[in-house]
Amino acid sequence: MPGYQIVVLGSIVPDPLQTLEPVATPQGPGLKNEAMLPHVLDPWAGHALYEAANLAAKVPGSKVTLVALGPKQKLQQVMMAVGQKVPFELVALDGPASGFTDAHEVAAKLADAVQKLPGLDRSALLLFGGWESASRGAGVTLQMVGERLGIPDQFFGVDELSVKDGGALQILERVEGGKHQVSVCAGPPAVLGWATGNLPEPKNNPQVGMANMRGVMPALQKAPATPVGTGGVKFESVAVPKVARETRVVKDMSPDEIAKELVEWISQD
Amino acid sequence: MDTTLLLSPTEADGTLPRAALEALSAAKAAGGTVIVGLFGAKTGPAAAQLAGTGVAKVLAAEAAPLAQPRYGTDAAACAALARAAGATVIVAPALSRMARVAAGVAQRLGGRIDTHVSALSTEGGALSATRWYYKQRIEAKLQRAERPWVLLVDPGAYPAAAAAGGAAPAVEPVAVELGPELQRSQVTGVHAPTSGEQTIRPDAKLLFVAGAGWTKKQADGKPNPEKAGELILGFLRAAGASLGTSKSLTDQAGEGQKVLEFMTHLNQVGQTGSTPRHPRGLSTCCHGEEPHVVGWRFIRERRAINLDANCGWARGKADVVYVADAFAVMEKVNALLTAKKT
Repeated sequence: MPGYQIVVLGSIVPDPLQTLEPVATPQGPGLKNEAMLPHVLDPWAGHALYEAANLAAKVPGSKVTLVALGPKQKLQQVMMAVGQKVPFELVALDGPASGFTDAHEVAAKLADAVQKLPGLDRSALLLFGGWESASRGAGVTLQMVGERLGIPDQFFGVDELSVKDGGALQILERVEGGKHQVSVCAGPPAVLGWATGNLPEPKNNPQVGMANMRGVMPALQKAPATPVGTGGVKFESVAVPKVARETRVVKDMSPDEIAKELVEWISQD
Repeated sequence: MDTTLLLSPTEADGTLPRAALEALSAAKAAGGTVIVGLFGAKTGPAAAQLAGTGVAKVLAAEAAPLAQPRYGTDAAACAALARAAGATVIVAPALSRMARVAAGVAQRLGGRIDTHVSALSTEGGALSATRWYYKQRIEAKLQRAERPWVLLVDPGAYPAAAAAGGAAPAVEPVAVELGPELQRSQVTGVHAPTSGEQTIRPDAKLLFVAGAGWTKKQADGKPNPEKAGELILGFLRAAGASLGTSKSLTDQAGEGQKVLEFMTHLNQVGQTGSTPRHPRGLSTCCHGEEPHVVGWRFIRERRAINLDANCGWARGKADVVYVADAFAVMEKVNALLTAKKT
């Protein structure tokens, strides 16, 4: 079986433990002190990258390319950590990673970058990414990139990919009710938007890190400026919702009394 | 004024999924004429369900290949329906089947898309959508200049539209080209959870959230995951509740520790999990701050059982927090629920 060209689309998001506060900027909504916030690889894009590396390790001749749109200083910081995990080649685009940018514009830039990849072979192409980001959280960018590339086989909420005899791909996608839809695709090209998959986060491997860094730094240095905006969106309001509830703290009830109160509450129509 | 198209697949028996009737309520909130576009192997029963709901007409793409939820054929059907309707606003329920194709359809139509919409409103003839950013931590209300504008409405955001009686709307068939190049993928089935027991029930009235505290050392100084599993599953069966969990608990399972075997990433709620909508939620043994608590952002009534009254899941987030041992309380709750059933 010839190898796959696995292209992973993924960017960076603020560390989930940070407090996020929206602010108005000349480019549209943004986050307060966004440039100062520590960032991480988007969690679901991370799963996609680790699944890509796992597949590439099983199928000789495969190659993993990570295409990332984000501010290159931030990308560099995140790649120093991610680059220790699995082997990949980076293609960096220097632009905003804000959740408030327009997915349509982002998809156009990413599709263009994928089409310009040297030696791109559609018959071996697997386009990976997270099924949603932790920033815009829309689950649309990867799909629009796939559509722009004319790929009619797309799968989202993917938790498992296996290669069958003859090269067909069996894919498990999340559907309603905590179930998985099972599909068999004839083969590449295909788009797979990953949910969590089944793999733990790989441990750091210094040898992988050294090999990756030889490509990561030049990729960051030659990252083209890639401006994206908010498209035709007019934001009427952007705010952190008021979430504080008046919590009744119950400290002096026995388990029997609490259970009785809970059952009455659960049984209400 | 926009013309609105409600797009929905039909179920295997040809009926409308409940989420489609909820999305119809959202489509009506968008104002203007509402047309419904249905696709599937069978659409007649769904069209009949729309009698008295105020829709102007129904467009139906009906073909055997549309029995399978897959990108190639579903996207072709949706695009054909949208073009036939000439709609400027397209509303659809955020079912997995629609989420798989909606952005591709928007791209194909030269339009734009927003998903996870929780509300639609019109002021001065301008349509606004409300949705969340950064994993339900920032809420935004926005308008778009571009058309067509595709909007995926989250299930549970609106009540299901009710039929007010009257004749069924007129049905116009729409032809769709579904060539072999669109059918390279075949849906071969649906897998139930590996535990053999369904713990995720989107229609349940109660979400039960189990935190990592269930697997920690108990009063006797030892962890007791077997007892925890028994209590949790016992409650789910007795109350018909849906199970959610924190990331830390599912990660433990993934790392091969002997914990709660029925827990998978599918149960995970919060920052990297789902944000389900249920009328009530009960969190037990949960810890963590804002990023994790987004898991029950859309739960209306919330109670918590926790030994720490100041836990991020409880104070300011729940209506009631019981400072107690969840093992002791849930044992009593299960006994009461079981007695009530017999």
